[in-house]
Amino acid sequence: MTNSFLLDGEEVPFTPGQTVMQAASAAGKYIPHLCWHPDFAAHGSCKLCTVKIGGRFATACTTRAAAGQEVENGTEELIAKRRTLLQLLFVEGNHFCPSCEKSGNCVLQATAYEMGMLSPHFDHFYPDRAVDASHPDVLLDFNRCIMCELCVRASRDVDGKNVFALSGRGAKSHLIVNSESGRLADTDFAATDRAAEVCPVGVILRKRVGFAVPIGQRDYDAKPISQKAVEKLADSEKEAG
Amino acid sequence: MAAMNIESILDRHSREAHRLVQILRETQDALGWLAPESLTAIAEGLDIPRAQVESTAGFYSFFHTRPLGDYRILFSDNITDRMLGNQDLMRTLCEKLWLEPGRVAEDGLVSVDATSCTGMCDQGPALLANYRTITRLTPARIDEMAHLIRRRVQVGDWPPEWFHVEDNIRRRDVLLDHGLAPGEALAAALDRGPTGLLGEIERSALRGRGGAGFGSDIKWRSCRDAWGDAHYVICNADEGEPGTFKDRVLLSSYFDMVVDGMCIAGFAIGASKGFIYLRGEYRYLLDRLETRLAQRREAGLLGRNILGRGFTFDIEIHLGAGAYICGEESALIESLEGKPGKPRIRPPFPVTHGYLGQPTTVNNVETLALAALIAVKGGEWFRAIGTPASTGTKLLSVSGDVARPGIYEFPFGVTVAEVLEAAGATDTQAVTTAGAAGSCLAANEFGRRIAFEDVPTGGSIMVFDQSRDMFEAARNFAHFFAHESCGFCTPCRVGTAVNARLMDKLALDRGSPYDLDEMEKMHHLMQGASHCGLGNTATIALRDILAKFRPAFDRRLHSPDYEPGFDLDAALSQARRMTGRDDAGAHLTDNLSAHAGGHPSEAKP
Amino acid sequence: MSSETQGADVKPRKLKVATVSLAGCFGCHMSFLDIDERILPLLELVEFDRSPITDIKHCGPCDIGLIEGGVCNAENVHVLREFRANCKVLIALGACAVNGGLPAQRNHLELADILQQVYRTGHGLADGSQIPSDPELPLPLNQVHAVHEVVRIDYFLPGCPPSGDAIWAFLTQLIEGKEPTLGHGLLHYD
Repeated sequence: MTNSFLLDGEEVPFTPGQTVMQAASAAGKYIPHLCWHPDFAAHGSCKLCTVKIGGRFATACTTRAAAGQEVENGTEELIAKRRTLLQLLFVEGNHFCPSCEKSGNCVLQATAYEMGMLSPHFDHFYPDRAVDASHPDVLLDFNRCIMCELCVRASRDVDGKNVFALSGRGAKSHLIVNSESGRLADTDFAATDRAAEVCPVGVILRKRVGFAVPIGQRDYDAKPISQKAVEKLADSEKEAG
Repeated sequence: MAAMNIESILDRHSREAHRLVQILRETQDALGWLAPESLTAIAEGLDIPRAQVESTAGFYSFFHTRPLGDYRILFSDNITDRMLGNQDLMRTLCEKLWLEPGRVAEDGLVSVDATSCTGMCDQGPALLANYRTITRLTPARIDEMAHLIRRRVQVGDWPPEWFHVEDNIRRRDVLLDHGLAPGEALAAALDRGPTGLLGEIERSALRGRGGAGFGSDIKWRSCRDAWGDAHYVICNADEGEPGTFKDRVLLSSYFDMVVDGMCIAGFAIGASKGFIYLRGEYRYLLDRLETRLAQRREAGLLGRNILGRGFTFDIEIHLGAGAYICGEESALIESLEGKPGKPRIRPPFPVTHGYLGQPTTVNNVETLALAALIAVKGGEWFRAIGTPASTGTKLLSVSGDVARPGIYEFPFGVTVAEVLEAAGATDTQAVTTAGAAGSCLAANEFGRRIAFEDVPTGGSIMVFDQSRDMFEAARNFAHFFAHESCGFCTPCRVGTAVNARLMDKLALDRGSPYDLDEMEKMHHLMQGASHCGLGNTATIALRDILAKFRPAFDRRLHSPDYEPGFDLDAALSQARRMTGRDDAGAHLTDNLSAHAGGHPSEAKP
Repeated sequence: MSSETQGADVKPRKLKVATVSLAGCFGCHMSFLDIDERILPLLELVEFDRSPITDIKHCGPCDIGLIEGGVCNAENVHVLREFRANCKVLIALGACAVNGGLPAQRNHLELADILQQVYRTGHGLADGSQIPSDPELPLPLNQVHAVHEVVRIDYFLPGCPPSGDAIWAFLTQLIEGKEPTLGHGLLHYD
């Protein structure tokens, strides 16, 4: 019983200090998530990793694992909640998958498949945020932003640049870049930045490589995200030795 | 000129990045708005990323990153202001100034908009003119205001009586009748010593007055025991719950009790620094409070070596900038550190990791004033007042349909009916007991008691008589939360926006039972999935009103089946205009009428 | 759906199905035909009412209605309502019906500006070119909408287009009276 908890009835070991999400991922268990990334500090905003611990709702990415915890993850109640959260994100932004370069490699889309989301359900907000194509190598489509702040964290914590931030409040929250003009070209952003590859959706896109990977060979074509996410983590741990 | 202004503001704040909210406010005061080049200058002066400055500037309602006119008029838009006719007054002012609400006049002179409750519900309708409070609006005042604006008379030169804020204290009990001299409570606390003092607070069973009711002794002890380079006391004067204004009165007329309470808290937890986080809506109090703090320093009641007893504690006032979420303690601390007011991940809690990562106790204004009272009178004395689980008295801000709106201090355990009786309420239909964020009581519940164990309240008591449409109260609250959600987490950011849209849909007679089910579902999603108390409580009043005053909603159900959320006929407006068409085919009815009218195909077998 | 059958010895009544393409490209209909020879067993179970396949102009009482495309003009609204009034079960078929799809990407533009540019000021227009105003033509809506924003929709089958396999799986589950689900590979939004 020491240093293990139950995830949907299965025992999951953890090392002290790990969150439920970290321990579950290390054990090859998938808890849905959008804003969580193994390389960055937990953010806790998307709420997709909402689980039930001892009967109470909690986010797996911010809750420390504790011995003897009973964590519910794959129940119909939680899947329905996550599906609704995804639907809220889909109507808040403009998520037209057929014309999005990220389609097939998109964490939002793949997670929605995993949760069996068949429709956006709510009325669409159809936001109108200007696209920024000023940078020579990368373009930004702000209409797809899910406010996960992964780019904010990557640019600040890895690249040491602070290129991105969120501004505004509530439904008017939006991504901004670090320049007086508001243009990416006027920041010190580079296509080699970690922030350039961390966006889970189609906001930060490399130019001239769109749709290069044929349908069928994209990240989530062959396997669902529940398998891919766990495999990716195992690979990165192998690399790290 | 602008650059010089900013430089001197930065110097005044020692170029400390965590003072960014204050720097932005003063820059805006000096220059009218926060221009892109001003944000750049501030970022350079503080040596922080520009995006960080823009992030904070964009978060708060009272900061503008575009010019909003020499005169910025913000009508308080709480439901109580609406009940007093603020919407007509706002329309009138807009007409007189040839404006649309929310739009800046073409000559850049003025803009008129709505803002969340400004804490003047007992003397509304109210507004902020360049962030200065004006109460008791009348058509005559609006008329004259338009005239003054057109003649470009400075707000400071407007009739002084417009800015008068009454205390409206209607019932005094042990706190409002304390009879203590400034510093008397503090001296008593110093006599008791930190351990003795904490013992009295524990014996008093004092619980936080913000609404959640956390034990003050536990909070103070955990903070005292936490390791840190420095400890901090924060007085939460971000009184933003719609319908609450008790802290305004404590700050206006009982400020020494509040300051004594802060010093006492500092003494108890081992802090030498305290902050008052004053909501931006109470800007008018700032200079007065600063003066009073200076007087106390002169009198040896604040600062170094207080009362000659070797205790050092000083207080700084930070002004908020229009964000209800900053009443949440970790969001408040973020704001105090110069950031957008987004609640932190908890744990760790502020008592161990608060302001600048140090142990911090955040207490409500009223809690601190009561702590001062307990320091003098002792815990046993306090505990004898109220109920066993809710000791002492509670300040209630009573507004709405009552003869005598204002502040009522009652011992806990008083029934809602007794409060209504005291305030002169007749023919009461409903009472909200925790502003927009808590339950709404119907007449058969007025026997219930104000106490943590029955009807918990931060003190907002809004009264609705039988003539009121409770649907409009619910709609006002739904819009309040959509405006005040910080936007951090998905369920609250999008959920509050969806709810506001659904309520508007019903208000425009496009509702069906489908929409009511949607709101019920949203309630279940937001409860539990939201990041903080705002999201977790944002649907409670809405759901309560829906459950208890269902006819107010049923009246608005236009169709038994689904209706679109938008006006189909209006959706053809641009095409009609561009084609010049107005024939029958150039219009659309709603679904119900279309169905009633039948269709050729339905005649077929 | 299976409850509609009337006993073992009586041949079950065929389900009536109507289909239509609103603001769509008929790609979903083409994909429907991609169920290939499975159309034969399907035709044992269903018969088509209004559909591009039958050329019937108005929808009669039906069991299932399939809507391809979003709602971009007044005629789309009328047709969608006709389907809703006549179909027991209404299905949004494909990305455009589900969220407006490609046509909805005009939503960030003012319709008036679009009409002006397309018919008055754009390149290659004849002199004196005007915005068509014939009453026979349906007027476009200010924005394109997903079908569920205009009428109640019972089921959604996303994809651009949904594959023939997905449509087959979805319809067969529905006809068997099951709650349709789409597993990995069949559920996609592009």
